[in-house]
Amino acid sequence: MALTLSYFAWVRERMGIADETVTPPAGVATIGDLIGWLAERDEPGTWAFSEPAQIRAAIDGRMAGAGALLPARGEIALFPPVTGG
Amino acid sequence: MIRVAVGAGAIDVAAEMAAHHAGGHGASASFVGRVRGDGGLTELFLEHHPVLTPGGLEQLAAEAAARWKLAALTLIHRVGSMAPGETIVLVLASSAHRAEALAAVEFLIDRLKTDVMLWKREAFADGRVGWVEQRDGDHARAERWEQSAD
Repeated sequence: MALTLSYFAWVRERMGIADETVTPPAGVATIGDLIGWLAERDEPGTWAFSEPAQIRAAIDGRMAGAGALLPARGEIALFPPVTGG
Repeated sequence: MIRVAVGAGAIDVAAEMAAHHAGGHGASASFVGRVRGDGGLTELFLEHHPVLTPGGLEQLAAEAAARWKLAALTLIHRVGSMAPGETIVLVLASSAHRAEALAAVEFLIDRLKTDVMLWKREAFADGRVGWVEQRDGDHARAERWEQSAD
């Protein structure tokens, strides 16, 4: 499983990068699992993802909930609630 | 005619209105959102996704066009750095009668605030910089459109 992760707004600032390619360990099957894994992976991840309720996600451009299954490959965008308009 | 645009350049409201109204529609409604200078705000920055932000706006425009009988729809959102007084968003909707044009504009601005990948960052004269948090009221307004039949 090779996923491109892209980060936005304060998630991007806390991670210190705009995107990266990752291969999550076995057992990381959903968006919620991915956020949990990132929160434990390193310090920036903990800072960005320790409050999963504040994180929204999109899989290949479609909004996806915490229970959504991760694709084998694709782009996962992770970001705070949107504030346009 | 549907026109959707996302860009860092200033929105020329007069020119957009002239182009939109060239169709001579019976009823037109508009919403213009501008940067407020409250609390010593000096800059508003809008972060976006190069693909998903325009895609999200196009999807909303298509939903509005499917929901109401619209003769023309213009939906333009600015991104990047803006100063107080500058236009952030412009929504224009036209129909044969007022009810549909007014409803479409309200639907688009409400849903824009919860569904499209855009994030506001504020900078103030005293040096404070921070990301704007989503307001609970925005969700309540956006969800009304799920419940009502039209």
